Amino acid sequence: MIALLLRDLKLAFRAGGGFGLGLAFFLIVTVLVPFSVGPQSSLLSTIAPGVLWLGALLACLLSLDRLLALDWEDGSLDLVATAPLPLEAVVSIKALAHWLTTGLPLVLAAPFLGVLLNLPVPGFFWLVISLLVGTPAMSVIGTFGAALTVGLKRGGLLLSLLVLPLYVPTLIFGAEVARRGATGMETQTPLLMLAGITAATIALLPFASAAVLRINLR
Amino acid sequence: MSIAAKANTLWEYANPRKFLATSERVLPFFWMTSFVCLVVGLTWGFFFTPDDYKQGSTVKIIYLHVPAALMAINCWLMMLATSLVWLVRRHHVSALAARAAAPIGIVMTLIALVTGAIWGQPMWGTWWAWDPRLTAFLILFLFYLGYVALWEAIEDSDTAADLTSVLCLVGSVFALLSRYAVNFWNQGLHQGASVMRAAAITGADTEEKVSNIYFYPLLLCIIGFVLLFIALVLYRTGTEIRARRIKALLARERLNG
Repeated sequence: MIALLLRDLKLAFRAGGGFGLGLAFFLIVTVLVPFSVGPQSSLLSTIAPGVLWLGALLACLLSLDRLLALDWEDGSLDLVATAPLPLEAVVSIKALAHWLTTGLPLVLAAPFLGVLLNLPVPGFFWLVISLLVGTPAMSVIGTFGAALTVGLKRGGLLLSLLVLPLYVPTLIFGAEVARRGATGMETQTPLLMLAGITAATIALLPFASAAVLRINLR
Repeated sequence: MSIAAKANTLWEYANPRKFLATSERVLPFFWMTSFVCLVVGLTWGFFFTPDDYKQGSTVKIIYLHVPAALMAINCWLMMLATSLVWLVRRHHVSALAARAAAPIGIVMTLIALVTGAIWGQPMWGTWWAWDPRLTAFLILFLFYLGYVALWEAIEDSDTAADLTSVLCLVGSVFALLSRYAVNFWNQGLHQGASVMRAAAITGADTEEKVSNIYFYPLLLCIIGFVLLFIALVLYRTGTEIRARRIKALLARERLNG
């Protein structure tokens, strides 16, 4: 398992592309928002938590089609599937690798981009916390979507269509935590709901992803 | 014993030939009754009920809006049930029924959204509000789109049936989750449930539910929509089965020629 994780991480670092792509996209979204809504700092600080969450989500979505497709193309996915390691563990590791290379950098970059959008001071803490809790769910759900569309020639658009509605609960609760935190309101309820979604998806969704992957590798 | 006997009769329809024969026999009945129910219900509703004291004649859109919304949700539930049957018992008719139902569900969702917007413009003063019920329906619409797109994208029909079934199961959980998440996210503008209340069974005319004057034609319209939905699903499933047969025949011909 660890060997597989290390392999995925190494590939992500050395091959470039996937690792920087999400971050660059996050930066672009954040930079373009003030151009489209105007530079008033009061307006920007109101919408900052939501924009940052949306940017992180879209950046995550962008990197999903590489998650399994590259392994599918070079055949290593078949090798991994026939290995003694259960497929459920494989997709969990894939999700973890995706989170480490995409989710975690987004979490770390978010406060710096928050400065650009004039995020209120208490918001920084809650933004990082909510992204830290919410991005694993996005990786796990994304792995399910990637497993569904792995055999398709042009699965990218379909992948987005399938995954976006699945992201709705995570986005609602995550952005709610950041928004409430930025305005100094109580954040416990949405944070617990967000944590619940993350825990449940990590526990249950790998089984669905593995089942789907088995069908696709058949 | 009786349950086993019943189960046997139900599973007989997993045989496409049996399914086609029976559905062809009952289809005219469903078409006719749904047609009669809808014509009587809509005529009664539109021309022989009084205007509401507050909403005026706009209240009459209820005869399309409520049944369509009801069927949009029940259609997804039907797809969930047939997907489960396909995953567990591998009956092709079941998977094809789910495939046949999805576009109907899309249309029902669209009817509910559009009639709601037409009603909302004069009543709420807006075509669209990010109300929990409206939002949940929009999300349901997205789920339907994704489901149909996945069916269309995969060439091998058994793989497509498997993948869409799993998507339907996972999607159901997330759709339910979204329904409650949006409740948390925004307070509602949409009125609460007012058709199927306790008073609807006893027939008492109370404040909490739609007045009986509107209720009886509405009930007729709902029955009409349910029958129409059943007829459409049977019809479309028959089409899917025949399309599958044609494909098999063509494949056989290529093999022999």
